[in-house]
Amino acid sequence: MGLNLDFSVVLERWPLFLDGAVMTLELAFMAILIGGAVGTLCAVGRGSSNRFIAALCAGYVEAIRNTPLLVQIFLVYFGLASIGFKFSAFSVAAVALAINVGAYTAEIMRAGFESIPTGQIEAAEGLALSRVQVYWHVILLPAIEKVYPSLTSQFVLLMLASSVTSQISAEELTAVANYVQSDTYRAFETYILVALCYVVLSLVLRAAFWALGLILFPRRRRLGTSL
Amino acid sequence: MGGSLNANHLLFLGQGALWTIGLSAIALIGGGLVGFLIALARVSPNKLVRLTSGAYVQLVQGTPLLVIMFLGFFGLAALGFPMTPLAAAGASLTIYVGAYFGEIWRGCIQSVPRPQWEAAEGLGLSRTQRMLKVILPQAVRIATPPTVGFMVQIIKNTSLASVVGFVELARSGQIINNSLFEPFLIYAIVAVIYFALCFPISLLSRRLERRMGVGRAKLMPT
Repeated sequence: MGLNLDFSVVLERWPLFLDGAVMTLELAFMAILIGGAVGTLCAVGRGSSNRFIAALCAGYVEAIRNTPLLVQIFLVYFGLASIGFKFSAFSVAAVALAINVGAYTAEIMRAGFESIPTGQIEAAEGLALSRVQVYWHVILLPAIEKVYPSLTSQFVLLMLASSVTSQISAEELTAVANYVQSDTYRAFETYILVALCYVVLSLVLRAAFWALGLILFPRRRRLGTSL
Repeated sequence: MGGSLNANHLLFLGQGALWTIGLSAIALIGGGLVGFLIALARVSPNKLVRLTSGAYVQLVQGTPLLVIMFLGFFGLAALGFPMTPLAAAGASLTIYVGAYFGEIWRGCIQSVPRPQWEAAEGLGLSRTQRMLKVILPQAVRIATPPTVGFMVQIIKNTSLASVVGFVELARSGQIINNSLFEPFLIYAIVAVIYFALCFPISLLSRRLERRMGVGRAKLMPT
């Protein structure tokens, strides 16, 4: 039997794919926003002089980084449901992804914090900046600037990983693909198309982060270093 | 409900864990071979070879493993090439891991200091000799910590083989949960087993990284 590929029945369902892609981006956006904040706080917590807080943050990072996302999602989704909490698949998916990316962000941000020379902080204190000012202008923003490339590639990986939430029926791109292929019996064409969608999404996301970097860190632009 | 958790269930999970290890080994070996070829192709003097291997890496790294799994299992079956879950999962992981290893190892090959290449050339070694006798032995040392670190990703990613019906650790957890419906307990046990598999490797990779740092510092002329 020869190959007969027919993309037309799949392509005519393009509005579904568009909805799925938008949902994928929404999931990624929510997870990055929440997870980014959680991860940054956690990176600060790991350096805390309070040993309990430091151990808690380290435990969270290790627990998440050494277990699969799929199991984390099942644990949150079915676990919460079994003790009587019912949330939509979308919110559970966003929260599970946020918890996941938070741990990776924490590890990257810790490297960023460690790269700030102590002399800079002492100089800032010498200039009588307040604690908050020191943390914001001298530690946090320069740290983010240093690790921005690794941070953003982690976020692109997260967008791709959000495909796993199709397993708890969040209606994102992969779930749409599963639905379309069962509807059209064109599994190969559907998944090829969706793979291409993800490639385009990751290129778009990378370009967006690059542009954001130009706006956020004008110093880098003046120095002429590439992101 | 189907009763409570007993020794048989734990035995079933243990069996799943063994399949997780087996599938990880397949992915490591298959992906290692593909990755090695990709890494060599990425530093090839031939522009076409460089571009093709670069495109492979870009395409695979821009696609979720889950979609590659579906493509390998349902996609190929729809085209008339039915695959067993093990074959589909093994092949998908090989393709996926190959792209990442290729990129990691390319970086390692290129981070061997430039004078080493030039010295090897100056000694009149052929390109193959240069690679085998000068560059690769040094690249392997640089590559060890990130390669061990990526093994953690491989073990975690084999959990996605559950979606094509391959009964590894995550899938055996799902099967048991379908009869007992105690998701918190069962998925917590599954998570603990994954952690027990991955954490020692994470620690090893971190220790190797530290030792590398020391080794390199010693090599540096003062």
